[in-house]
Amino acid sequence: MSNLAALPIIIPLISGILLIFLHNRMTVVRILAKVLTLGNLAVVAYIAYYIYQNGTITLEAGGWQAPYGIVLVADMLSIILVLTTNLVAVAAVFYAPSSLSNKQEHFYFYTFYFLLITGVSGAFLTGDIFNLFVFYEVMLMASYALIVLGGGRIQLRESIKYVLINLFSSVLFVTTVAFLYSVVGTVNMAQLAERVGEVEQKGILTTIAILFFFVFAIKAALFPLYYWLPNSYVAPNPVVSALFGALLTKVGIYSILRVFTLIFIYDPNLQQFFIWIAGLTMLFGVIGALSTNNIKLVIAYNIIPAVGFMILGIGLFNQTAISGTVYYLVHDMIIKAALFLLVGAVAYLAGTTDLRKIKGFMHHYPVLGWLFLLATFVLAGIPPFSGFIGKLLLLQAGLASDRVIIVIIGLITSFLILLSLMRIFIQCFWGEKDNDAYTVDKQAARKFTLPVILLLFFSVVLGIGAEFFYPIAESIGKYLMNPEIYIDSVLKE
Amino acid sequence: MSRPNDLILRSTTSLIAFILFGFSIYLYFAGHNAPGGGFIAGLMVSSAIVLMYMAYGFEAVNKILPINYRYCTAIGLMIAVLTGVGSFFFGEPFLSHTFGYLYIPFFGNKELATAMLFDLGVYITVLGITMTIILSIADDR
Repeated sequence: MSNLAALPIIIPLISGILLIFLHNRMTVVRILAKVLTLGNLAVVAYIAYYIYQNGTITLEAGGWQAPYGIVLVADMLSIILVLTTNLVAVAAVFYAPSSLSNKQEHFYFYTFYFLLITGVSGAFLTGDIFNLFVFYEVMLMASYALIVLGGGRIQLRESIKYVLINLFSSVLFVTTVAFLYSVVGTVNMAQLAERVGEVEQKGILTTIAILFFFVFAIKAALFPLYYWLPNSYVAPNPVVSALFGALLTKVGIYSILRVFTLIFIYDPNLQQFFIWIAGLTMLFGVIGALSTNNIKLVIAYNIIPAVGFMILGIGLFNQTAISGTVYYLVHDMIIKAALFLLVGAVAYLAGTTDLRKIKGFMHHYPVLGWLFLLATFVLAGIPPFSGFIGKLLLLQAGLASDRVIIVIIGLITSFLILLSLMRIFIQCFWGEKDNDAYTVDKQAARKFTLPVILLLFFSVVLGIGAEFFYPIAESIGKYLMNPEIYIDSVLKE
Repeated sequence: MSRPNDLILRSTTSLIAFILFGFSIYLYFAGHNAPGGGFIAGLMVSSAIVLMYMAYGFEAVNKILPINYRYCTAIGLMIAVLTGVGSFFFGEPFLSHTFGYLYIPFFGNKELATAMLFDLGVYITVLGITMTIILSIADDR
């Protein structure tokens, strides 16, 4: 059964390749892409159930034994993130035809979309740090293609920045892996954890840990390395923005979560450092969100404080905090995708992204309006929605370890997040009917709302069903705090 | 692209291209145990094709090699992935590899490995990608 761990990588890969052959028959491609995405979701859901019942699956690729060959490790954390990824993917694939132009779809959108899913799933599943780099590259290659899709002028300008910064971080990543290999002599994460533990992360190993943090922080958009993110995430089509905003930064966060709960866990100064970074990331991110009148940019800036919350959990480094981070991670993937899709719909229907120019949307599109309000509440963390539970856990953990300042920063940030989104709601959805500014197209609006309803449904379930989901998050937190379980399941000692 | 007076280029190309084609096949079979392999062989065959494009021009080469290199890439990728997936049917872990010996007349007893199938995928992918890149840049006016 160990081959199950490879399926979430192989299915999208084969789907992506298959769609190249059909690229002249767009209707077939659209249907097939939906079917394949749904099929993949079903398979992943089954694998998640299997792991929930039977524990971690380890796949030794090619039959090469663990520390020598490359392993794929599907544990509860990985598979839950892969499941969420596929949920976002389903919403995106149903949203795509109404949002993309024919030309954009024709430039192999669906192929690159599937390759992006492949890369993200692979990064979540791999148990080998060099392999993590490889899947980063798969994901980035696909994202380079997606960001220039259509080739608008702003897109080209922003994609240059995006490609350069990511190229730089990739170079740094592979160099750091080389450093690590020369010191510890392995790239298998389980064996790394064992060997770094033996020498208690002394001397150069902390430097290497910081370098890793730097690489992942560029990807995850932490303070002060987030400057490239907002503009380059709003430049492409809303579907692409949603995929980027929901998935790419989260891969960075996942990598930090994995590496700094498994391998480099012996330096408390590092965790102190994470907490300050978290505070600054939250504050500066949310200030960015308040500083702009571009509705897409507001959502893009809102990625950053969320990332701050997750890093806070890793910095606090106890079971409640890590559970909170995991909960928040899943919550944020879903809600960010939903918000990007919603705002994309608003911008499409209004024909502008400037919130001062949009008025009275509620009169024409009431469903869209209420969905946006709901999404606002979920993101800001108003009980009983999922944002609340993640934040509650994190702030509880913060108070328990007497870090009052960071808790206050967290609360202020939540409040400002709510403010930044309410600005959009008040400006765009309230107000007088404005019949001249845009033509009302209810047909299009309906197509846009369906995928958003799907995502918000799961988001609300995640919040209201906390009774069911919290124990899972708690068990993952417990699991991450005890790296021996991971090491044993890979090295089988 | 095609110039009437490059007699030397044309006559040497017709010779060199065939040497490159033959050598790329040799490299492909040498691969996976000795220096060589699908990647380098793919590059070599695409260099032969590029040489032909330079010597004879677009129309002539498109006529003798009517290949859509984008599909070429896809076919190569598909072969490589399916080779890995093949191990599923034998209950082995993903990407497992096996080999056997086969007597081929004239060449003698040769080792054949499933890694060669994967390498074939790499070969075709590299050919497809290289040609797509070069032709799109050359086409761009």
